[in-house]
Amino acid sequence: MEAAHTALIRERLAAIDFDDLRRRAADVERELYNLGITFLVYSEKDAVDRILPFDIIPRVISAQEWAHLDAGVQQRVATLNLFLHDIYHDQKILKDGIIPPELVLGNPNFRPQMVGLDIPHNTYIHIMGVDLVRDRHGTFRVLEDNGRVPSGVSYVVENRHMMQRIFPDLMQGIGIRPVDNYGHKLLEALYEIAPASAGDDPQGALLSPGAYNSAYFEHIFLAREMGVPLVEGRDLVVENDRVYMKTTDGLAPVHSIYRRIGDDFLDPRAFNPDSLLGVPGIFDAYRKGNVALANAIGTGVADDKAVYCYVPRMIKYYLDQDPIIPNVDTRICREPDALQYTLDHLDELVVKPVGEAGGYGITIGPRASKAELEDCRTKLLADPANYISQPVVDLSVCPTMVDGDIEPRHVDLRPFAITGSKTWVLPGGLTRVALKRGTLIVNSSQGGGSKDTWVLEDRA
Amino acid sequence: MNLLARYAECIFWMARYMERAENLARILDVQETFARDSKGDINWLSIVQLYADETAFFERHSEATAETVIQFYVLDPQNTSSLTSMIRAARENARILRPWISTEMWTQINVFYNKLLELKPKDVTARGLGRICAWIKEECQTHTGITEGTFYRDQGWYFYQMGKYIERADQTTRLLDIKYHTLVPTVGDAPPDGSTLDVSQWCTVLRSAAGYHAFRRVYPRGMSPATVAGFMLFNEGFPRSVVMCVRQIDGFLTRLRSRYSLRRGAAAMESVDELLGALLSRPIEAVIREGLHDYLDWVQRQLILITSEIGQAFFGLEPPAPPAVEAPATSQSGGQSQSQGDGQGQSQTQAAVP
Repeated sequence: MEAAHTALIRERLAAIDFDDLRRRAADVERELYNLGITFLVYSEKDAVDRILPFDIIPRVISAQEWAHLDAGVQQRVATLNLFLHDIYHDQKILKDGIIPPELVLGNPNFRPQMVGLDIPHNTYIHIMGVDLVRDRHGTFRVLEDNGRVPSGVSYVVENRHMMQRIFPDLMQGIGIRPVDNYGHKLLEALYEIAPASAGDDPQGALLSPGAYNSAYFEHIFLAREMGVPLVEGRDLVVENDRVYMKTTDGLAPVHSIYRRIGDDFLDPRAFNPDSLLGVPGIFDAYRKGNVALANAIGTGVADDKAVYCYVPRMIKYYLDQDPIIPNVDTRICREPDALQYTLDHLDELVVKPVGEAGGYGITIGPRASKAELEDCRTKLLADPANYISQPVVDLSVCPTMVDGDIEPRHVDLRPFAITGSKTWVLPGGLTRVALKRGTLIVNSSQGGGSKDTWVLEDRA
Repeated sequence: MNLLARYAECIFWMARYMERAENLARILDVQETFARDSKGDINWLSIVQLYADETAFFERHSEATAETVIQFYVLDPQNTSSLTSMIRAARENARILRPWISTEMWTQINVFYNKLLELKPKDVTARGLGRICAWIKEECQTHTGITEGTFYRDQGWYFYQMGKYIERADQTTRLLDIKYHTLVPTVGDAPPDGSTLDVSQWCTVLRSAAGYHAFRRVYPRGMSPATVAGFMLFNEGFPRSVVMCVRQIDGFLTRLRSRYSLRRGAAAMESVDELLGALLSRPIEAVIREGLHDYLDWVQRQLILITSEIGQAFFGLEPPAPPAVEAPATSQSGGQSQSQGDGQGQSQTQAAVP
């Protein structure tokens, strides 16, 4: 933050007195609540609307820094799309021994139904969120890929609207790249992938699991920004392998769907038969090319923890390039050297299982007891292929307003990319901030909040 | 763009719940005089009877006092016809409709509901009731005004208006219906200007429908059951008269079908025409002579029929199941059927009020 590109902003912030800052922070929270910019938290009795706490001190990214991130995200999206096309067609990367075949073919998110199917522009991941952290050397690194239904972009846009209302004096003349054309770009991508049979005026829709989904606000936001109906499974029917929505005038065709329902729940005939959320027969319509789905079916295989480790090798394999944004150094314990290194440095590393139950079974070396480390060692030796290890990343901090004081807090960053025929990265992203002192956890369920992310215009 | 059937249904019910809440606030507000019995005591039970809520009420309270009735109708979340429940239902529909309605509409309902939730039982007493009701009426009218000023005029607007006017017509018939037997003591021999008590009761009915001053303008002298009932049923200028509401429904339904070339809704059209024809064909004297209650009951049943026909034509609803069979809960998410589906059922129970 002490960099030259933030000097003017720091100066202006310093000129606003503290009571004024506090008052503005309170205004924002009330406004977010009144506007219902909330996510649902399920308590014992019922669902409660909560706002994502909003920190008024923006995070600022220089034009140069952003150019680097933009290129890195594009490279990553391109690679994952090439990977998905490959594994659902020739499976060269598996045959060439770059990735162990069982990691892909035995992955619960691999959809054999997709093998051999061609989809428009060979784009599988149309909407992607990449979780980035910054290490102690200031290097951005990829922590995780979200290539299924990444959430949070609505906060990026709404946070900006909020800042524009509360801090016009801070933002004036700074040259902040706008974020409010996200909906427009998303709709363009949906049009680009619509079946040719739809003609010049394809009908888009956003498919949501419904008002009780925790991200329902985001679904509303995106549907409204695109100007398409927000539908639920019960609003759609499939007849003769075509998808229709139920309107006041009977059935009307739908051509392109941004679906916020996971593969498993999308079509009870093709996938989980118990699901009531989806649309029976939609997979057949998709297979026949009568409807486009974003993201495509079966993208989950590209964003899980096991495959993540191989993305730098994929970039080399498909593009013959080095990763622009490196991964967090990750050791794949199925590889003997990596296993040995992990065993030798257990007390310094984070050991994560790669199985579906992500989040569970993580051992954080520096904080683990002797017994926990021994337990981890036993499990590693019993099933090394199920584990990866990473150094503890010392997340960077940003100045943050906490209880009326400004203190450093850890942050991460999730940029969002949209891909139709080509890729566009929203200049900004969701900055999540750990509001509790000392914690590295930025999740909203653990007291995390968000900040507006300002990407500066290139004025050179 | 075609309007999603589910959205049309949500818009229709959002409008109805807001209108219904406003009317309940009106009735509670004038309760003080509204429910005096012949001895001049306030009969709080009469409100419960008005909404045919005796069973639900006495499951929760042993006695109908100012305190229990007010709690039951203002804050009680378990009473589906409390103000809190109705505004919650309106807000649930508005939440589903957020991609379709204006931000201003949503924000106002959302803030309104959140403020309602902040009310504590101690804020809602007989003494404070007037203030609370005035506030609720004002919020409901703010909703109406914001909607008028910001809601995009496409199909959704027509469904909103139809919902509002069907509910309004229904509420006006209810207001008349609860008082018809005290006000029209014996068929055929109603006194031309009524007793003192009757006049005050009629005034109250008019005030609860915001019609007192308008009535006075039309009838500067004399207030009789026939003039008041005739005004509330047939006056062409009174915004809450049944004729005015049904004319509006007729107009919106016709324009909806012609402007958007919707092929459906012929049955609803016919029922509206029939209702309007009936309303215009008989003078109030004849209606009273032949029985006001039966007449109001018929109007209410006709409104329920129209609602059901609109549902079948535009919301993709099935025709009502045969009476012997319980209608299955077809809705996938419980919340929505709660916010919409029971509206009709509620009207039917209400229609049974003697």
